Amino acid sequence: MRIEVKNLSKKYKKQHALNNVSFTLEEPKIYGLLGRNGAGKTTFMDILSGNILASEGKILINGKNPFDNQELTESICLMKEGDNFKKDLKVKNVLKIFSYFYPTWDHKLADDLINEYNLNLNAKIKSLSKGMESSLGIIVGLASKAPITIFDEPYIGLDAPSRQKFYEILLEEYQTEKRTIIFSTHLIDEVSLLFEEVLILQEGSLVLQENADTLRDSTCAVSGNTEEVELYIKDKEVIGKKRLAGTMTAYIYGSIEEAKKQGFTAEGVPIQELMIYLTDGKRGA
Amino acid sequence: MKSSLDENKPIFLQIKEQIEDSIINETIKTAERIPSTNEFAAYYKINPATAAKGINELVMENILIKQRGVGMFVTDNAKEILINKRKKIFYKNYMDPLKKEATKLGISNMDLIEMVKMEGIEDEN
Repeated sequence: MRIEVKNLSKKYKKQHALNNVSFTLEEPKIYGLLGRNGAGKTTFMDILSGNILASEGKILINGKNPFDNQELTESICLMKEGDNFKKDLKVKNVLKIFSYFYPTWDHKLADDLINEYNLNLNAKIKSLSKGMESSLGIIVGLASKAPITIFDEPYIGLDAPSRQKFYEILLEEYQTEKRTIIFSTHLIDEVSLLFEEVLILQEGSLVLQENADTLRDSTCAVSGNTEEVELYIKDKEVIGKKRLAGTMTAYIYGSIEEAKKQGFTAEGVPIQELMIYLTDGKRGA
Repeated sequence: MKSSLDENKPIFLQIKEQIEDSIINETIKTAERIPSTNEFAAYYKINPATAAKGINELVMENILIKQRGVGMFVTDNAKEILINKRKKIFYKNYMDPLKKEATKLGISNMDLIEMVKMEGIEDEN
């Protein structure tokens, strides 16, 4: 499904959570939606899922507005970091409710995952540990098979093996059937290899939208003698810098090869670090 | 194949290099099938589109050939093409850094040549 975001703004009292954001997600891919706390990620996902209204601008999904639109909302599944389910329900009731809501629901996958994550069907939500509740969120998100599936920090309390299992199954499902998966997380290092495209929000604005591998190819960390590095990056777009005793590392848009040719030590920049420097607020300083 | 990939380098390039290395050292032989995009994606937990990009570049370079519905196979000339390609960049990738480090340490060209020979003798013993 095609998602068009047009001049989207959301104001809470006088605070802008989103400020005139525009971009398009053309096709089913795994998207990484990154940014610091308060960057506007959750607000964006809430508007996209039709949970809240924008103050200005709009989101169109295949040309239509998702707010109060049953046909569209049953194509979108948003799983948040908590409070996805009513506390008094049992696990099996939750599964039943979501299976009625999503026409694409995969019963077999849901059953397999319940086994995989060792959940008790008769347990009430309020009796589940944080990790167990998170795994139920993951199960519902995956089994919904919604053409737009959104995970907003879905694994609070989930241990490393369970997270790995989640990535594995997510990839398997994605390979069998392409769908738009939007993934927002602070554990970027763990999942960045899954992303095909990365979007970075900062203080309500979009600062970057790029293919993940192109990003790895077009940015580099150049290290060497401070004066020489300063000279080299003079006419380049600088993302960030750090200094240590007469040497400097500059994070720039540019090729590793070219910097190496000039005798500098040059490496790629992992997406997590790129995000940190891009959202530093002292960009290019 | 390596156990994990390096996040500092484009992933498609690493996939490409892994396949190239496997062909050069004959882990994967002429006319053999290479792992599929999905197999690479599952093994390294990477996006399948990224794995596909690496594989497709090798198809463009005649290292791999696609057989519809079956998979990707190593071409007859693959190893030869790859060795020639690697020889061309050997100087830049290995000799350049070697000479730069040698200059930094004050090792002369003559000393370098001696070292190259010496290693060979040690290996024979």
